[in-house]
Amino acid sequence: MAENINLTVDRSNVELTKADFVSDQMVKWCPGCGAHAILAAVANVFPKIGYRKENFMMVSGIGCSSRFPYYVNTYGFHSIHGRANPIATGMKVANPHLSVWVATGDGDSMAIGGNHFIHVIRRNVDINIMLFNNQIYGLTKGQYSPTTPMGMVTKTSPQGTIEHPFTAGELVLGAQGSFFARVVDTDVKMMTEVMFEAARHDGTSVVEIMQNCIIFNDKTHALITAKETKDEYQLKLRNGEPMIFGANRDKGIRLNGTQLEVVTIGQNGITENDLLVHDQYQQDPGIHLMLAKMAPPKYPMAMGVIRSANYPTYDDMVEMQIDYAKANSKIKCMDDLLNSGEVFAI
Amino acid sequence: MSETKNVLVAEDVVVKFVGDSGDGMQLTGTLFSDTVAYDHNDLTTFPDYPAEIRAPQNTIAGVSGFQVHFGSKKILTFGDLCQTLVAMNPASLKANLKWAEKGAYIIVDADLFTDAYNEKAGYKTNPLTDGSLSEYKLAAVPMISLTKEAVKHLEMDNKSVIKSKNMFSLGICLYLYSKTLDHAIKHIDSKFAKKPQLAELNKTVLKAGYEYAEKSPIFDTIFQVNAADVEKGNYRNIHGNQATAWGLIAAAEKAKLQLFLGSYPITPATEILMELAKHKSLGVKVIQYEDEIAGICGAIGASFAGSLACTTTSGPGLSLKSEAMGLAVITELPLVIVNVQRGGPSTGLPTKSEQSDLMQALFGRNGEAPMVVISSSSPVDCFYKAFFAAKIALEHMVPVILLTEGALGFGSELFRIPKMSELPEINPPMATPNDPDFKPYRRDPETLVRQWATPGTEGLRHRIGGLEKEDIIGNVSTDPLNHEKMTYYRAEKVARVVKKIPDQELYGDATGDLLIVSWGSTQGSVYSAVRKLREDGYKVSQAHFSYLNPLPKNTEEVLSGFKHICVCELNSGQLVNWLKMNFNKHDYSQYNKVQGLPFLKSELLAHFTNLLKK
Repeated sequence: MAENINLTVDRSNVELTKADFVSDQMVKWCPGCGAHAILAAVANVFPKIGYRKENFMMVSGIGCSSRFPYYVNTYGFHSIHGRANPIATGMKVANPHLSVWVATGDGDSMAIGGNHFIHVIRRNVDINIMLFNNQIYGLTKGQYSPTTPMGMVTKTSPQGTIEHPFTAGELVLGAQGSFFARVVDTDVKMMTEVMFEAARHDGTSVVEIMQNCIIFNDKTHALITAKETKDEYQLKLRNGEPMIFGANRDKGIRLNGTQLEVVTIGQNGITENDLLVHDQYQQDPGIHLMLAKMAPPKYPMAMGVIRSANYPTYDDMVEMQIDYAKANSKIKCMDDLLNSGEVFAI
Repeated sequence: MSETKNVLVAEDVVVKFVGDSGDGMQLTGTLFSDTVAYDHNDLTTFPDYPAEIRAPQNTIAGVSGFQVHFGSKKILTFGDLCQTLVAMNPASLKANLKWAEKGAYIIVDADLFTDAYNEKAGYKTNPLTDGSLSEYKLAAVPMISLTKEAVKHLEMDNKSVIKSKNMFSLGICLYLYSKTLDHAIKHIDSKFAKKPQLAELNKTVLKAGYEYAEKSPIFDTIFQVNAADVEKGNYRNIHGNQATAWGLIAAAEKAKLQLFLGSYPITPATEILMELAKHKSLGVKVIQYEDEIAGICGAIGASFAGSLACTTTSGPGLSLKSEAMGLAVITELPLVIVNVQRGGPSTGLPTKSEQSDLMQALFGRNGEAPMVVISSSSPVDCFYKAFFAAKIALEHMVPVILLTEGALGFGSELFRIPKMSELPEINPPMATPNDPDFKPYRRDPETLVRQWATPGTEGLRHRIGGLEKEDIIGNVSTDPLNHEKMTYYRAEKVARVVKKIPDQELYGDATGDLLIVSWGSTQGSVYSAVRKLREDGYKVSQAHFSYLNPLPKNTEEVLSGFKHICVCELNSGQLVNWLKMNFNKHDYSQYNKVQGLPFLKSELLAHFTNLLKK
């Protein structure tokens, strides 16, 4: 549950500050790139989690997002395209005392690393994945990605893409994800809160960050970021609270039959009591999946922690099996193993 | 033992059990080989499985075999031709008669040589009666009938009874080689501890086979193989893949590190993964990942985190791991990559052995990404070379490829159990916490090895990765001269591993007419051929290479002693070209076989004799 704090990670004896994680490297993302805001949020979160600063491990693959490890002062590993998730899995299983963070993008984790992405989630390894979703390949200068909206013209789809895009949340929940949250890069406050929750979650947490690529896909998330429209198209989820949104906070989400429906409070006899109340901790992912799939213009986009369910983590179970074997096996060292079974003297 | 039998004392013999993949030939062979091991014979075993789990009955595709080579002398090969062939059906006889020596005992289940079965196996006439086996000692034993007869009183179901007929053939062979039934009985008792009826059935059939052979006039000659004169000690039988797994665990214990394996099942390497998964009590962490790439990447992550990290695979898997191997090279992290070679290219011959990945191991990565490459030459050697590969990886902060082969992985031999205290120490270059001088790419001036600073260590936070890094400092760098410098560092660092590699040994004199060069699994067969030629007075020697990159420092000197060098490999010529690249002033020829099969001593002898006559 939310109160569970990962006990395997070593606590810091001293209070940490932002300065403890400041890197000496020049940040080379484009001016105006959403990644700067994500970095700011991480700088807010890391000192507050309470782990020793040496226990943070930042891993990335390839892409704009994957330059992240250079810009935060932790142990860092900038790996190869698509492979940050299995690498992070190896690190966490090898040393469960680490707080392992993955910075990845829509291409890195949903195209070339798609297989690893669903499997790390299925295993529920206790790592934190920050999925930068700008719906484009930025570092290679503007080709479509697995999340590019169908029909969009890019450098490799001059007549518009003819591919159905992935919704990150659907993949995560389809892979039995225990934690999925969505934030937007313009809202540092919400990013900070959500990442803090992700860090406290035991298991794989995926935070999808709707990120703007100012050069190759500017304003791709405009409906949910622009001043005039964002309140109408963002449903900010709060656990235990009814799902209300809109500039006048007069709209809500209810379950009508088997579908979600946008309703207006005060119209057709609708009151707050008719609205769905968010339960991020419930095991059944049904409503979570429906929320994750909601997209403008028909629906608002669900923001915040959509799902945070409690399941045993892979790394904990690895340790449990090892502890059990150590306690119950007669083989305590290599000499024991060498001399076990059918051995005879000549 | 009957008084009318001739007892022939044999120095070494080969017995081969073949049958349908459901006939239990692997178990029969294993029980036979364990028995000879208990009887203090030296031995090797070699299973020969079909790629299919259960191919159609009585077809060539479904033939499964198990070969045991044992003797009173040191056994170096899996054996060429057998002196006893047990063939449980027509298809297995058809597929294996070519591996039987003229005069060998051919023991078959005569009940299955019906017209329909003979035809299905591709026989136009019955081989048991058409005279085609006249040059062998044919024992046409109606095994199903005799098995049924022997256990009539137990009133068991027909299926179990027929399934137990492999014990009949085992009983015959144990009699034929003057072995007792003790070990087999002990094994049956423990295997069927909870099913006493099945234990009784199998033991009865085993004894029936033994007694049948004792009474049958066809087995007029039986064999006696005396205890081998091997070094005193505790012994066990070990398969190469198991030995590789154990070598890695031993290295982790010596280095006082946790062993981590990231892997994915692939024939013929899967047994290493399965073996390591068993040993959680020794702290071994194993992840069976979603694919080969994830397997090596997980190992790289675990290596950065401070484990002895390994990944195990076979040819196609090695191809998939190529990019990540480059990552291990540029990040200069310790990693052991075990490649149990099989026939290629692509899926190729998954269950057959080959030595065709040497060039891939040496060069198969983008950019210039040199790696240490080591090979093992026998099942037991897999233990020592896996240990050594880990030692080099850890002490030199480099990825190391260990090349074994399907034949070594599946094959077994007698293993004199070492004490852990006999194995060398392993001292990884761990960085000191809070060392103010720590830099990710600062190197030991002697070895060029960088330090290992693992996450969690105070005061050493740093970042590495796949982008080229600035010398010493470790920041991303695209500086042209820095890249050139780092490229030479990576190469020189591997080259300097040579100081830890033993000098190249020679079998025979240091000078002569002909030097035979071999590597990997062919050591024994080449040695046997060279020894024969030396006994005949030829000036021929053998250099068997285990360390392929870097090559031992005295290699030039060794090669220089001979007028001609012939490099023998189970590929179309890879080590020969690597030697030519490095030592080009010598006169080389090559001898190759790319059939998924080992060299026969006879074919090597014929080729070498020709060379010597020139």
